[in-house]
Amino acid sequence: MATKAFQKIYTKITQITKATCSLKATGVGYDELATVNGKLAQVVKIMGEDVTLQVFEGTEGIPTNAEVIFLGKAPTLKVSNQLAGRFFNAFGDPIDGGPEIEGEEREIGGPSVNPVRRRQPSELIATGIAGIDLNNSLVSGQKIPFFADPDQPFNQVMASVALRAKADKIILGGMGLTNDDYLYFKNVFNNAGVLDRIVSFVNTTENPPVERLLIPDQALTAAEYFAVDHNEKVLVLLTDMTLYADALSIVSNRMDQIPSKDSMPGSLYSDLAKIYEKAVQFPAGGSITIIAVTTLSGGDITHAIPDNTGYITEGQLFLRRDSDVGKVIVDPFRSLSRLKQLVIGKKTREDHPQVMNAAVRLYADAANAKTKLENGFDLTNYDERTLSFAKDYSEKILAIDVNIGTEEMLNVTWGLFSNYFKPEEVNIKQELVDRYWAK
Amino acid sequence: MSTKGKVKGIISNLVIVTVDGPVAQNEICYIETGNTKLMAEVIKIIGDNAYVQVFESTRGLQVGAEAEFMGHMLEVTLGPGLLSRNYDGLQNDLDKMLGVFLKRGEYTFPLDEEKLWDFKPLAKAGDVVEAGSWLGEVDENFQPHKIMVPFTFQGQYTVKSVVTEGQYRIFDKIAVVTDSEGKDIELNMTQKWPVKKALTCYTEKPRPFRLLETGVRTIDTANPIVEGGTGFIPGPFGTGKTVLQHAISKQADANIVIMAACGERANEVVEIFVEFPELTDPHTGRKLMERTIIIANTSNMPVAAREASVYTAMTIAEYYRSMGLKVLLMADSTSRWAQALREMSNRLEELPGQDAFPMDLPAIIANFYGRAGYVHLKNGATGSITFIGTVSPAGGNLKEPVTESTKKAARCFFALEQARADRKRYPAVNPIDSYSKYIEYPEFEEYIAKRISPDWTKNVNEMKTLLQRGKEVQEQINILGDDGVPVDYHVTFWKSEVIDFVILQQDAFDKIDSVCPIDRQQFMLNLVMDICRTKFDFSSFTDVMDYFKRLINICKQMNYSEYQSEAFNGYLKELNEMLTLETAQK
Repeated sequence: MATKAFQKIYTKITQITKATCSLKATGVGYDELATVNGKLAQVVKIMGEDVTLQVFEGTEGIPTNAEVIFLGKAPTLKVSNQLAGRFFNAFGDPIDGGPEIEGEEREIGGPSVNPVRRRQPSELIATGIAGIDLNNSLVSGQKIPFFADPDQPFNQVMASVALRAKADKIILGGMGLTNDDYLYFKNVFNNAGVLDRIVSFVNTTENPPVERLLIPDQALTAAEYFAVDHNEKVLVLLTDMTLYADALSIVSNRMDQIPSKDSMPGSLYSDLAKIYEKAVQFPAGGSITIIAVTTLSGGDITHAIPDNTGYITEGQLFLRRDSDVGKVIVDPFRSLSRLKQLVIGKKTREDHPQVMNAAVRLYADAANAKTKLENGFDLTNYDERTLSFAKDYSEKILAIDVNIGTEEMLNVTWGLFSNYFKPEEVNIKQELVDRYWAK
Repeated sequence: MSTKGKVKGIISNLVIVTVDGPVAQNEICYIETGNTKLMAEVIKIIGDNAYVQVFESTRGLQVGAEAEFMGHMLEVTLGPGLLSRNYDGLQNDLDKMLGVFLKRGEYTFPLDEEKLWDFKPLAKAGDVVEAGSWLGEVDENFQPHKIMVPFTFQGQYTVKSVVTEGQYRIFDKIAVVTDSEGKDIELNMTQKWPVKKALTCYTEKPRPFRLLETGVRTIDTANPIVEGGTGFIPGPFGTGKTVLQHAISKQADANIVIMAACGERANEVVEIFVEFPELTDPHTGRKLMERTIIIANTSNMPVAAREASVYTAMTIAEYYRSMGLKVLLMADSTSRWAQALREMSNRLEELPGQDAFPMDLPAIIANFYGRAGYVHLKNGATGSITFIGTVSPAGGNLKEPVTESTKKAARCFFALEQARADRKRYPAVNPIDSYSKYIEYPEFEEYIAKRISPDWTKNVNEMKTLLQRGKEVQEQINILGDDGVPVDYHVTFWKSEVIDFVILQQDAFDKIDSVCPIDRQQFMLNLVMDICRTKFDFSSFTDVMDYFKRLINICKQMNYSEYQSEAFNGYLKELNEMLTLETAQK
């Protein structure tokens, strides 16, 4: 082939749908980028000479004689230290009025880390929020989403986690963020004086939904640059992954694919896993930790998006408003951090695992007592005590406005145990009771 | 001349290749792009168009790219040196790959070509042999690794010569056999086998009956699995599937453990990489890694290779079974494998079945489980593959196609339950819904009576009945209230709680409690059943609760103490005093 494909201009589009257009072209590579009348598009199907392009901005106004130019490359991001402190759109173009980034151009959505080269995550990420640090400790290299209804303050909690975690870089991938939330993040980071540690890729509700599909890959390419090239600890925030998945289903629908559960594409699991599995502890010391948000509809976690997410991520954090104390708490039953076993009792005090479990068990007993109460039954003395315990526990440990160190969390919990229970009621190893039971 | 082709169409990892000669279903081909060759498998043929699934990303692939067909299906290389290795789903040695990131089109040889093995001949000149016959033996991590006549050989052969005892590399000639037409064939220590074909070098596959000890009480005591048995663990996320599976693989009384991490989290595989070289096998005292093979095709690795990974694992298991070894194969999770099938079926635009899964999913699953089993080899030895798969039911709903299809194929069902997990009652195996069909086998009953004790089965059944009864009583208490039922009901309920807390629950992260050998399980079951048979007489239900809570606490401390140690016996004494006190009052 003498002429390079990307120099050739095609002007005859044969088919246009809401998200895709097709034309006859040769020498085109799969996944390659193209522009259609200046709009960015990507090759999603090639059949002989027929090439189908997915137009990120949508196909509104594209005529059949639109100019199509193939760029001869997959989507890329220019990476360098200049990324720090900047805001970009889904294509990696600055949206903060600053100059273009100079640096090495890297393909986004690159290869996976060889599993044998990974290191086991082992560093505790302390957030000060006891509902997280005590019951669901986060570890660097972990991937974990907040499962929350749209009305819950997940973006606020995520922002405070990001600021308290001692990360070298924080990368925000905003998908379908409302403009208000976008400005919220910008303000919070600005006010905390950490803007030079932040890189943001933002697609707001004002941008076309299909563009969102590029956001996680852009954010993670930047993350890999800092974690691999500079051995930095990078925290990636992805909000909201439900809107990302919705964009996937739009595209698959336009391409006439057979939907599986909840009209999501059959490849949803693999698509999400490709993103989340970028969380890693590198052997040279850098790490990528992903904290995401998956909004639920009415708390339903059996929907395909939270369900597939739950199977991929290393746990999930649930927020719930506790009417007994009038605060938003991290729900101890439904929240889970799978990697906590790597740090609790090892990086934290030895009694951490047993205290955590005992408290949750007693909190479960309180839930049973509450059911009894609601059904009009008499409560035993033990039931009464669990209810009082639960209220204190909710207020002093689970509430998201708590900000204390891990040891103090443990001491507070031992204090609650001794206030309401006898040692044999908490089921903890005797030697730990001997050492820590608050007299 | 091998068949060649040219790429005609590309949709994600489904590529259509126009071929110039014959191609076979499931044949392997390599497609050239840039400087790399991408491995692919034929999954459909129409006219001279072969539809192939590429095991890698197809980014940048162009129409017109050259493809070469290899004339064989996806194969694994079998020989000494498989143990302790970490492979991807296509049996590439992950440790041999350079760099932190996986490179597309990088394929590495699964064995060590230079390592010298101590070979001992088992056959001699003049012996009549057939596929699977043992020619010799090398010591592989203290396992007698048999060098066998290639499984692809048909009919009978005569051994012409076998090398003498000594050190050889895997590709050195170790024997010459002569076929029925008098042609000599040189053999080395390796051979190949297509993964999607079952390896059936055995004479019969009787019903399995020998207990496979796992050290997990809720399995061994309540719903045992046997050598050569099949089981599956379905459970919503967060119910402890992987923890349970890791516990089984660490503690099970097997010679070889193969773990297929199929489309699951990479960090979970890393956990195995980190822990297994440190942990010791409770049965032999050697490092766990020595007996383990890991097939890691994590969720971010190519989808088509994920489907292949479970077959790769099963074929390696069959290879070791043919040596007369006890193999345990774990696959986490078979749902991801089914999803890989779904993605491809979808791209092929096949008419979908339930939840868009392919129509033949139940048959594929049943076939796969069917490859496990306890076998009599042709030389009279026995070998087994015990297979345990996890299932990740969408939305935690057990009425979805993968769970339902698996339920028909597997004989043990360990149902993980969200409600138990929420209450931190781990392992969250529901004791009433779960089952083991092997308990009903008379040959198992006979075996277990000899292995443990004649009254074992009776005790276990009594325990299960009491659990069931406890659940019923609990429901009644929930409806009628604590004082709406006789105090006796509370005693029954709390007896079932003793069983739950002391037998069923087990702390997988405690050094002592995590492994419970069968003699200790027997002791604890007897102890708990003695408590359950004791007649108590309490005046109020609050007394019942207080008493049993204390009792459970003592039993739990026993579980945390070294068996028969001073501390253990101290708690036992305390417990007996508590029991005599309560019964003496009467």
